[in-house]
Amino acid sequence: METHIQVKNLNVYYGKQQALKDVNIEIPKKQITVIMGPSGCGKTTLLKSLNRFLELTDGTQITGEVLLDGTNIYDREVDVTEVRKVVGLLAQRPSPLPMSIYDNVVYGMNIHRMKKDRKEYKAAVRHYLEIAGLWEEVHKRLHDPATSLSIGQQQRLCLARGLAVEPEIILGDEPTSALDPISSQNIESRLIDLKQQYTTVIVTHTLRQAKRLADYVIYMYMGEVIEAGLAKDVFSNPQHERTRQYLEGLF
Amino acid sequence: MSASQLIQKTAGRLIRPAHTPRTRQNNFAQRTFFVFTLLPVILILIVTVALIVRSLPILNAYPLSDLIFGKVWKPTNGQFGFLPFILGTFWVTAVGVILAVPPCLLVSIYLAEYAHAKTRSFAKPVLDLLAAIPPVVYGVWGLLAIVPFVDKVLAPLSTRWLGAVSIFSVNQPTGFGILAAGIVLAVMIAPLIISVMYEIFSTVPNDLRHASLAVGATQWQTIRNIILPQVGPGIIAAIVLGASRALGETIAVLMVVGNVPQIPTSIFDSAYPLPALIANNYGEMMSIPLYDAALLSAALVLLVVILIFNILSMLVIQRMLRRKWAS
Repeated sequence: METHIQVKNLNVYYGKQQALKDVNIEIPKKQITVIMGPSGCGKTTLLKSLNRFLELTDGTQITGEVLLDGTNIYDREVDVTEVRKVVGLLAQRPSPLPMSIYDNVVYGMNIHRMKKDRKEYKAAVRHYLEIAGLWEEVHKRLHDPATSLSIGQQQRLCLARGLAVEPEIILGDEPTSALDPISSQNIESRLIDLKQQYTTVIVTHTLRQAKRLADYVIYMYMGEVIEAGLAKDVFSNPQHERTRQYLEGLF
Repeated sequence: MSASQLIQKTAGRLIRPAHTPRTRQNNFAQRTFFVFTLLPVILILIVTVALIVRSLPILNAYPLSDLIFGKVWKPTNGQFGFLPFILGTFWVTAVGVILAVPPCLLVSIYLAEYAHAKTRSFAKPVLDLLAAIPPVVYGVWGLLAIVPFVDKVLAPLSTRWLGAVSIFSVNQPTGFGILAAGIVLAVMIAPLIISVMYEIFSTVPNDLRHASLAVGATQWQTIRNIILPQVGPGIIAAIVLGASRALGETIAVLMVVGNVPQIPTSIFDSAYPLPALIANNYGEMMSIPLYDAALLSAALVLLVVILIFNILSMLVIQRMLRRKWAS
């Protein structure tokens, strides 16, 4: 198993409150890693440390390293926009940009000047909408506003928009929590299809979803990583008392 | 006990005599507060009606078009042309707004999009203080600093580089004039424009910023592609609100604008805006026939223009702010 992201001695403070305590983990390449744990345990903080979204909140202090293929993304010489191009994020609530469906998919590609002409953009839009499983539903109304889509369709559009900038990693911050069961299932099966090509890290608070998706599991509690390992090992034979209690639904 | 009996009993417990002391107090308080809340509305109506009534003598004596488009102001000869004053107001306001808007836009973008919370918590009170400086102090500053600056620095520069362009030609080299008034006004309306623009920027949900940043856009790309298109109408409204403040500004302007009733052709010309006309002359030479009515009709014109500006921009701004709370 090849490591894609390595987190070393990561500490995160919001003002005086410590949100992550000395986190050390390795995230395997082209697998789905699921971060789970009770509310407020630092799952989302850990996830957002991976695309440098933490620094968007004032008063956040970060120490330690996040190595992406060996490069510390917090190094001063690293360009944060390049990090975010390589590490895509699927947010908790779908956030279509206030423009057409087509322009949403083009947005990131255009930001990075990734294509030469309209023809290439058109082909790419189709390609990524197909990957996101949305093409069939929207190909006749690509120039309608993205907000006219249902919320489940919006989330798949956001997935297409994220994939269009050719990331290596997909982060998902409870990406199905705002969706109905069928849309959730749709997103989940996309993520499973995509894991051949992308390293995927998902935060979830539903244990069943974790069991469906995970190849690798990180269990957190109170800002600390309690246990991390292969999903089949952790789920069948947790090494820590707290993990066992969580898996049994005791808290 | 039957069902109907039960209902009667319960109902009886809930219905009290209509006028207990505490309900009377409550009703009294509610009505009193309502009357005071209504006062501003009544005041605006009274002022408007009073101005219309007091303007009637001159409106009956001359056609409105003669007043508004009349170029000569010689009350002793019975000539009441408002055009120089209307154009003077327009010139001064336009120069003030044109000077104020670009830096205000940059400052509000910086404060709303780039600045850390600490910078913001320092800069915003300072801007509010700028709004707290009394207009007469701005007037003195204009007199002592801006007028000489226009006279000694800007006018020679303009003569040298822009002399051929008529709106930049220096016809009356004193420093007093539209440009000096515009500079003073720009500084005076800046805090209002910045704070309204800042509010408008904060109506854009963070989800949109994050969606753009998440695909690797820079902050500037996010501002240009996502945020600015969202706030367009609000920015216009902020500018119009600033303009309405500038239209009515009196004392600071009349101290530096020169107060010459002429039709300006250059930003270096002296002018005589409407508020300055009213403030300088009302109460003097009132024996001249129709003078009182002339000045009050000038006030009416000013009031109507400012009300329209204010109402339009407030409607837009309130709609945008409502969207902020709705999302």
